[in-house]
Amino acid sequence: MTLRFDAVTRRFGTITAVDGVSLDVEEGTFFALLGPSGCGKTTLLRMAAGFEMPDEGRVIVAGEDVTARPPARRPVNMMFQSYALFPHMSVADNVAYGLKMERLPRSEIAARADAAMAMVGLEDLAGRRPDRLSGGQRQRVALARALVKRPKVLLLDEPLAALDRQLRLKMQLELKRIQDETGTTFLVVTHDQEEALVMADRIALMRGGRIEQTGTPRTLYEAPESRFVAAFIGITNFIDGHAATGGLAVAGRTLPGHRVNTAPGEAATLAVRPERVRLGGEGLSGTVREVVYHGGESAVHVAVDGLTDAIVAKLGAGDPQTAIEEGSAVTIGWDANDARILPHDTDADKGSPP
Amino acid sequence: MRLLNAHLGLVFVFLYGPIAVLMVLSFNKAGLPTAWTGFSTEWYGALWADETIRSAALNTLIVAVFSTLIATALGTLLAIAVERGEGVHPALDALLFAPMIIPDIVLAIALLSFFTLVQFTLGLHSIILAHVVFNIAFVCAVVRTRLRGFDTSVLEASEDLGASPFQTFWRIRLPIILPGVIAGALLAFTLSVDEFIIAFFTAGAGASSTTLPMRIYSMIRFGVTPEINALATVVMLFAFTMVFAAQRFGRGVVGTP
Repeated sequence: MTLRFDAVTRRFGTITAVDGVSLDVEEGTFFALLGPSGCGKTTLLRMAAGFEMPDEGRVIVAGEDVTARPPARRPVNMMFQSYALFPHMSVADNVAYGLKMERLPRSEIAARADAAMAMVGLEDLAGRRPDRLSGGQRQRVALARALVKRPKVLLLDEPLAALDRQLRLKMQLELKRIQDETGTTFLVVTHDQEEALVMADRIALMRGGRIEQTGTPRTLYEAPESRFVAAFIGITNFIDGHAATGGLAVAGRTLPGHRVNTAPGEAATLAVRPERVRLGGEGLSGTVREVVYHGGESAVHVAVDGLTDAIVAKLGAGDPQTAIEEGSAVTIGWDANDARILPHDTDADKGSPP
Repeated sequence: MRLLNAHLGLVFVFLYGPIAVLMVLSFNKAGLPTAWTGFSTEWYGALWADETIRSAALNTLIVAVFSTLIATALGTLLAIAVERGEGVHPALDALLFAPMIIPDIVLAIALLSFFTLVQFTLGLHSIILAHVVFNIAFVCAVVRTRLRGFDTSVLEASEDLGASPFQTFWRIRLPIILPGVIAGALLAFTLSVDEFIIAFFTAGAGASSTTLPMRIYSMIRFGVTPEINALATVVMLFAFTMVFAAQRFGRGVVGTP
């Protein structure tokens, strides 16, 4: 275990930012702390770095309790959201700074700094000042500056938030490549679920200072254990009703689904991903209300009698059913294994991305 | 628009006319300020030959250098302390600015009373201390503008990379705010060089602690001579140079990205 949070709590006045979180990050993983703003993910990250002290609990890095150690004496390094480059130093001096603080021999500092700059493709910019770099280049400097220290864990605070969309997609894969090459454990904080799905090996989704669910991206997407997780990651159809044997009872029908943490008779919500909803065949009958074209795919919104919200079915571009006209009658359905019956939770959609 | 330009022109004439006249007359051959009798630099020569002026200039330099060094160090630290965290109480803010606003004569009397009360000997050292008092306020104000909008995450980054708080101060914080510190120091130096009232009150007796403005004052009691014009010209050119330099640094040579 490279990094372990042991029941850590951090309060700011009357607000509990992190509430008794225990978390293990295994060596070599790309771990994402995901959640809406104010969920405590950044506070958790800053406690690993040493910028925040937990009120309760312990932080353990590589088997050592570092809870009381200042940032300078922890075997972790952080890449800041603003990059926090030193404006009065060249790229090379920025990267070498941490090694100079270790008082390493000059030759070793030069060799390691060069290698770190080469890894992120900055060799040609070594003499530049940060104010003469693009956003993407600055991000690479910040990355090299932290990685050159060979930390046990690299902490990344919203590493891609300041970049435009095109660059962000490129850097997601780039970060993943660098993580693979160095074998360093990465702990990244992000509010962007797509980013977490693309980059991370494991994700901890946080809500109100606690961890809602931890798992692989696939687990969180395909097997959410709460409505909050299903709502935060990807797009989901929700149908409110009551749990029943074999599904969800609503408007006199039982919709097929797999019960999770719910007993028959309890208020519950059925969650089914749009790509798992099929048009035609056996199922609920409804009327096509709208067909929304997204380019690579189309979303067919179907109004079903007795249900408040339209059910959305996602169709691929090659699907002949995308030609379906608004107002026509259709049937929709899904496999019981593709739908999950989750506990009722009225606050679950709060703070989820639009 | 034309009216506005005319107004601007008048303002400049009003401000700089007398100074221009003074500068021209410092090159006047005759010893009287009334009539131009020919170009000469003899008064600058006379200035240099005057032992009392030379020693007064040296005193002024000593006072300015030491009061600037002390005020810059203290004012910078004060600014850092004040700009840290969530701002300061408005009352404290007002107190920090007070030495800039309090009339010099009040400050002069207060300092003299204080020095007398604690039985502090008067001389160059007491002038230095008195100048430190108001210079701290000016340095602090200039450095504070530089500190505002300072991205404190660079300090955290420095600590994260293994630097001690001391190293972080010398290698990161000070270099980034250095333009502000230099601008504050230049301003303090200029203010100290031409300060008269406070120096006059806190100098004590004797020529050994006479500064240049005090010397000029005593000379002028016998009338304005071309020698004084020459001296004033030198002092003014010096002050102008310092202010331009301060403005240049104040704008910032090193920018934060």
